[in-house]
Amino acid sequence: MQGALSIKNAGKIYDPGGSHVVALDGISLEIVAGEFCVIVGPSGCGKTTLLNAIAGFDQLTAGEIWLDGELMASPGKRLKPGPDRMVVFQHGALFPWKKVLWNVTCGPLKQGRLTQAEANEKAREFLARVGLHGIEDQYPEALSGGQKRRVEIVRALMNDPKVLLLDEPFRALDALTKSVVQEHLLELFDFEPETIFFITHDLEEAIFLADRAVVMTTRPGTIKKIVDVDIPRPRDLKVLTSSRFLALKAELGAAIHEEAKMAFESGERELA
Amino acid sequence: MASEPTITKAEKQHGKTPAVIRLWRLARSPAFYQGLLGVAVFFLLWYVLVDLIGLWRFSGLPKLVGGIEEWLSPDPVFGVSIFTAEYYRHIVASLFRVFSAFFAATILGVAIGILMGWRRVFFGLTFPILEVLRPIPILAWIPLAIILLPGRELPIIGLTFLAAFFVTILNTLLGVQAIDKVYFRAAQSLGFTEWQTLWHVIVPGALPYIFVGLQIAMGACWFSLVAAEILSGSAGLGYKVWETYYYVQFPTMVSTMATLGFFGYISSALVRIAGHRLMRWRANVLAGV
Repeated sequence: MQGALSIKNAGKIYDPGGSHVVALDGISLEIVAGEFCVIVGPSGCGKTTLLNAIAGFDQLTAGEIWLDGELMASPGKRLKPGPDRMVVFQHGALFPWKKVLWNVTCGPLKQGRLTQAEANEKAREFLARVGLHGIEDQYPEALSGGQKRRVEIVRALMNDPKVLLLDEPFRALDALTKSVVQEHLLELFDFEPETIFFITHDLEEAIFLADRAVVMTTRPGTIKKIVDVDIPRPRDLKVLTSSRFLALKAELGAAIHEEAKMAFESGERELA
Repeated sequence: MASEPTITKAEKQHGKTPAVIRLWRLARSPAFYQGLLGVAVFFLLWYVLVDLIGLWRFSGLPKLVGGIEEWLSPDPVFGVSIFTAEYYRHIVASLFRVFSAFFAATILGVAIGILMGWRRVFFGLTFPILEVLRPIPILAWIPLAIILLPGRELPIIGLTFLAAFFVTILNTLLGVQAIDKVYFRAAQSLGFTEWQTLWHVIVPGALPYIFVGLQIAMGACWFSLVAAEILSGSAGLGYKVWETYYYVQFPTMVSTMATLGFFGYISSALVRIAGHRLMRWRANVLAGV
């Protein structure tokens, strides 16, 4: 299986000569192929900085990131985003001027990996799997928030990425919609396990989705705690009230709360 | 608001609005009647101030009734009305100049604006000189236009083109700059080439600003035209305004001005309609939803 992500001693300093903000410091994390890894931490802890480094949007100032034995990021390495590391963005990035089908099929088509007919068929299949039917000819503007997020996840998966990077994708959704979309994401994951790197500040979301939850500290962004979520899959919303879930929540919650308090006291604002 | 138009299912899906529904909405919208009322009040004020009272400086202005009579007369005193060929000759000459200038300004302005937003080097090379040339008024360009462009027609079109050209460049550039960076990142992740990014992200992403620019550009064409047609010895609505002023044919002057305004309004509306057609994805936004 593809998608082993290896983060070695990653560091990022913004504005080294001036304000010298240490966004990431000595982050080391081995994510095995097919693992659902959730990074959880308060705003401004450098989660998004780490994701952007993996995606190839931003340089690291220290350390290395490897994907299946290929060097993805290191200081001074040329940035090279690509379809092997698809990103689902915090505020969404469906092209509003293109219909849903175009949005979803453009990746494999532009990369020349599928014909139009193949891409259309694959798109319909994927959309159906997340409960979306007959929206191919609509513009994203006409969709609800929950529908847009699902379309965006489908657009990413259409490229068969080695790792799927999600940056607080459900942040703007209301609680009900959020739980529906989370379940859809889990269904997709159970159907076709894929390495997933998922960022959130929502503790319950982290435990509900993750194989492993990684708690990050705030400035410098370091790893504070890694917790194995040993709740069996497939999971549904009933998990949320199980004793194991609550125990994990208490354990992670204590770690996060300390961090959130420190972040609040130092008056930090969202970094990225 | 009670008369808020409801969006039909077809519109939501495809951004298309049937003509019948559009007319029905227009007839029901308060804006339509407010517009009519505004025009009526304008003409009423004119009639009262000039025709009826004629106080102070207003006494020298052309009377509304006299102007309309002259404009509608089969046998006009000053030789120009809706029944004379000369009237249409001026209209056709001006329309030809405005539309060729607007067309050229659109093609060149959009291309240069996109290039400036797309390539930093090109922006660096062109922006300062553009900002120096842009504030120079049309009237100041007249001598250069005559020296540079051959014949009588080309200098007029060139001058009409100029303001629209600058406006289009600037708005296109702003449009490219206003595209959310997240779309570029998405395109990179999806494996788009530079050209695919240009065609599928930059051009459609800049389109809303481009069309705002084109509407301003169309207006700029019309008011530059009147300045440029000083150069014309025979035809054009702008030329006719100058000529009737010179010969003190005020009723014809005012009806020519109104004709200019009318065609300016129509051509701006055409640009707006073209924009709606090209940006169906914004249908709901434009409908105010």
